[in-house]
Amino acid sequence: MLNTDNIRSRQERSALPKWLVQSDFVVDRDESRCIQCEVCARQCANEVHELDADIMEMFSESELCVGCHRCVSLCPTNAVSVREVELDFRPNSNWTAPMIRNVYKQAEHGGVLLTGMGNPEELPVYWDRMLLNASQVTNPSIDPLREPMELLTHLGEKPQALEFDENGALKTQIAPQLELHVPVMFSAMSYGSISYHASIALAQAAHEVGTYANTGEGGLHEDIAEYADNMIVQVASGRFGVDADYLNAAAAVEIKIGQGAKPGIGGHLPGEKVDAEISATRMIPQGTDALSPAPHHDIYSIEDLRQLIFAIKEATRYRKPVGVKIAAVHHVAAIASGAVRAGADFVAIDGYRGGTGAAPTMIRDNVGIPIEFATAAVDARLREEGIRHEASLIVAGSFRCAADVVKAIALGADACYIGTAALVAMGCHLCQKCYTGKCNWGIATQDPALTRRLNPNIATRRLVNVLESWSHEIQEIMGGMGINAIESLRGNRDHIRGVNMSDRELAILGISAAGE
Amino acid sequence: MKRIMIHEQYCVGCGLCEVHCLVQHSRSKKIIKAYREQRDEIVPAVQVERLGYESFALQCRHCDDALCIEACMTGALYRDPETGAVLCDTDRCVGCWMCIMVCDAGAIRPGPDGKIASKCDLCSGEEVPVCVENCPNEALVLEDEE
Repeated sequence: MLNTDNIRSRQERSALPKWLVQSDFVVDRDESRCIQCEVCARQCANEVHELDADIMEMFSESELCVGCHRCVSLCPTNAVSVREVELDFRPNSNWTAPMIRNVYKQAEHGGVLLTGMGNPEELPVYWDRMLLNASQVTNPSIDPLREPMELLTHLGEKPQALEFDENGALKTQIAPQLELHVPVMFSAMSYGSISYHASIALAQAAHEVGTYANTGEGGLHEDIAEYADNMIVQVASGRFGVDADYLNAAAAVEIKIGQGAKPGIGGHLPGEKVDAEISATRMIPQGTDALSPAPHHDIYSIEDLRQLIFAIKEATRYRKPVGVKIAAVHHVAAIASGAVRAGADFVAIDGYRGGTGAAPTMIRDNVGIPIEFATAAVDARLREEGIRHEASLIVAGSFRCAADVVKAIALGADACYIGTAALVAMGCHLCQKCYTGKCNWGIATQDPALTRRLNPNIATRRLVNVLESWSHEIQEIMGGMGINAIESLRGNRDHIRGVNMSDRELAILGISAAGE
Repeated sequence: MKRIMIHEQYCVGCGLCEVHCLVQHSRSKKIIKAYREQRDEIVPAVQVERLGYESFALQCRHCDDALCIEACMTGALYRDPETGAVLCDTDRCVGCWMCIMVCDAGAIRPGPDGKIASKCDLCSGEEVPVCVENCPNEALVLEDEE
């Protein structure tokens, strides 16, 4: 199990007495391969490696290593490797090593344990307990390389019925829609939590593939405004960067109530990260902390939410879909139903595996519910209430591969958001140290020495490659099922079977057990 | 001609270009052996210039009006008629360093023996120079001259 401790930098380390400091990783250096080129030393923001020029030998301080693999990846002779520390406490299934270490740290500094990225704990991943169907004999499978295979997805309110005039022209007015060429979008990641280069790469990739990226609560940087047709702008509790131009610039507006990594918790971008560019984009003074309150102080009920939704619809003259993002928590189906009745054109639900730049460890690892259950419960509830057509359902919270996306759509989602997968495509190694601002891969940092490490042209290319490869895989899976349009897969739970699940779990997911 | 262009805003200052330049110009062309045997014999023709967090990798610009060729009294520096690269005939070089004096870019360096000038040869024989090939962030790219 990964240790989610938060104390890393030299200064922070010194807060712990030496006899309580324990490394998470061991840096191994094969001296027979090391050429003392110092690439590792130059690339480590945590200052693990150092050359002793007197004796021409490299030394590594393992206790500072966060396991991000920057040195391992760039070492030209493969001399460096990093492994998890093998130092074990006396075996104890209750008091595991991370639990003990966390108490050591808190006993020292008396603060909240911080961490980054999504919940890494050994809780069940229900996607891995669902298996997909394929055609055999009684219905033909389809070869997507030879026959058309439609992935086009529209998000927004759909009419319940269509009316035509005597000439056959459509009379029904269609609500504004987002058009996706692949049912995967980039999740909300603010400029501030990620670097300028990472933000622009997400926008460019969304533009190139024909999908959408989400500004998060970071405002719309003037350079990204060029890609605004492929952006969803967020209105969150801090209202950073929000004005009429911001709302009208983008393709859609999303009101963020909560996020999967830290439901019920606000955000805090430290003042030192709020440089001139971020200050202008967020419309806050330079160097001030960007504090997002836990709740929207003007939303204490569904009725209040309705007021904000319609205020935004008025501001955008009913030309843009306006949605609501909530974290998957208890009673998520009732909350989603309320959001739809409040006028949301789409509801985004973020599961408990969803990532973040910084969250209290206790919240990230213990609050929320799996997105698999939330997807099934919300879809079922909206159908029961006859309002499923009034809003599209976007699900988020750790979609790792194309099969996860297919399963979510078969459970009833319209599209998925990917955040962590997008960061991984750009080079993220999930070291969970985003909150330190020392991202060695140049993604979750504003340090000019580190942000230049992410070339946005490379990042864009890699993001496009991932979306395109997932598209191909989704088409292959659909073809195998004998389905030629993603619309026919949506909510088609008959194509999923569960393994290793209780009857109750199967019932909530609305799927049969394997063999049934 | 194709030139190595520097996108300094993406240079991460890792120095891998220098490492691979040294290896490419070694006898063995094997990285560990080259460093063990010839580390002090070879001056990489590309050098990363650093100031604070900013950095860029500089090598010979292979100028159209190469002052170094004009300044070279022995005719050691010449232009390759096929590739347009400015090359050095080390048999002719006497180490007067006039080329170093006149180079605008400061891209020519004294050789390790204090005599022969060390400069970029665009990795003759390679389709893509090794510094470009091994730049992890595409800060060095081979581009057609506009």
